[in-house]
Amino acid sequence: MFLLAALLAPAIASYDPAAQDLLNRYAPPSAQHWFGTDGLGRDVFSRVIYGARISLEVGISVVFVSAIIGTIVGSIAGFYGGFVDKLMSGYLFNVFLAFPGLLLAIALVAFLGAGEGKLILALCVIGWVGYARVMRGQVLKVREYDYVQAARALGSGNIRILVTHILPNAIQPLIVQSSLGMAGAVLSEASLSFLGLGIPPPAPSWGTMIEEARQFYTIYPHVMLFPGLAIALTVLAFNFVGDGLREYLDPKQRAR
Amino acid sequence: MKYRLLSFARQFALMLLVVWTVVSLVTFLIEIVPGDPATIILGETATQEQLNNFRHKHSLDKPAFFFSYSGEEGLRWNGADNRYAEYFSGLLHGDLGQSMRTDRPVRDMIFERYPSTIELAIAAMLVAVAIAIPLGVLAGSRKNSLGDNFASLFALLGISLPTFVIGPFLVYIFAVKLGWFSATGSLYPEDIVLPAVTLGAALSAILTRMVRSSVIEELGEDYVRTARAKGVGERTVLFKHVLKNGLIPVVTILGLQLGVLLAGAIITEKIFNWQGLGLLLLDDGIGKRDYRLVQGCVLVISVTYILANSLTDLVYRKLDPRIRLS
Repeated sequence: MFLLAALLAPAIASYDPAAQDLLNRYAPPSAQHWFGTDGLGRDVFSRVIYGARISLEVGISVVFVSAIIGTIVGSIAGFYGGFVDKLMSGYLFNVFLAFPGLLLAIALVAFLGAGEGKLILALCVIGWVGYARVMRGQVLKVREYDYVQAARALGSGNIRILVTHILPNAIQPLIVQSSLGMAGAVLSEASLSFLGLGIPPPAPSWGTMIEEARQFYTIYPHVMLFPGLAIALTVLAFNFVGDGLREYLDPKQRAR
Repeated sequence: MKYRLLSFARQFALMLLVVWTVVSLVTFLIEIVPGDPATIILGETATQEQLNNFRHKHSLDKPAFFFSYSGEEGLRWNGADNRYAEYFSGLLHGDLGQSMRTDRPVRDMIFERYPSTIELAIAAMLVAVAIAIPLGVLAGSRKNSLGDNFASLFALLGISLPTFVIGPFLVYIFAVKLGWFSATGSLYPEDIVLPAVTLGAALSAILTRMVRSSVIEELGEDYVRTARAKGVGERTVLFKHVLKNGLIPVVTILGLQLGVLLAGAIITEKIFNWQGLGLLLLDDGIGKRDYRLVQGCVLVISVTYILANSLTDLVYRKLDPRIRLS
């Protein structure tokens, strides 16, 4: 399954030039254009490759930022417990979880306008809660361990305990969450672009490509096929990796 | 007894707090628009008078909130006549404001389309359940067999393929090549099939996985062994006993996934031109920059989701005797 993930890495090496405007419209795959051309004569192959760059850029940014925010908030909630925890996990988390799926992202983009930065922001706003919950769970668990008590008895400050003891243990589920989060981010970016709310054209986001292909895809299916395949494979790969990691890291599952 | 009432009251109060926050957030959405909504909607050629009328009609000339802060004056009290209070009190009366494009009450526009979306969501759930239960039982009862691996593969595909890939794919096969269904529209009863299957696909994948692990878990329980020892046929064991208990987590997931369905419905409606709330949000709301309409749609969808979740929570607590006793 890691093979699939590795397959994506070369996709970032966009060795194809950005020559995207030719005069051959809707040509089927050929030796000149491996994936054929789209409605405006652009080479589908290069667009798919560049689209990978966009998806991965967005995905990594979103995961990175949401993970940081989520980790911080989750740690605070788990560590201090009591009222602070109730405030965070009972109230704050639920407020952000109260918006179904992409709705908040759609709303934010609707009012703020389109663009990559705003898209990343919107996806982070809905994404951070996942990491916060995971982090909080881990902190709550590790907090009671003996060596944490020992460290405290030795006089370590709170922050030091957090960083040196709790974080290393929390890394494992966080990585799982990140992998799945990546899959989600790629999917969300594609969905939003499909709806016209993501990266604006002529940027070759896979979602936009599919939307553009909708006009004549019954006659020229290849224009929709390749970006669709790209999305599916990417999301599949990250899901695979996340699932695999989760099974590998979960002691309960291993005993089965 | 008193404890249960108290905890129920606390849950309810929390839910109200969350709803209020959500509503407030949606109300404030209009404040983050870069630029002037009036000019955006009326266009460059609008006269000053038209702009002023528009602003007045939609309370854009009033202060945004009870307080406002500016560099020179600091914190300032604006009094009760502000956009936030107005929108909020309107909501309490069931008034969602006026559409910025068509001047119709937003509430009417929304509730015209609301049933269609609910229809679609329910149909999708039915499809998902219809696929997931047999497949999940098959997979769980014959662990690691060919059937199990096939089901797991199907589940993984369902989660990874986005709706807008599955949708056109299904349309291509069933509408274009086979000619069984029409590609778009919501006129005839059979038009709901393709959209429902598209929307339900991801859900069915998740459910299949759940049913499978539920079945696997239940099959290890003592009462199954007892039933088998009693000589009860395998089929009865599966369906009468295992399924009943195994379905509890499934029902919970169903309720929670309603939200995901609602969000996915937006995309599905766009693909199939299904005249529901999602399409209203996208085409008439966002497409035409009708901010009030967008606010209304987001509100209705969110509140539906919150209510569905709270209800599922309640039902789950009632259903699972283990939870009740704890």
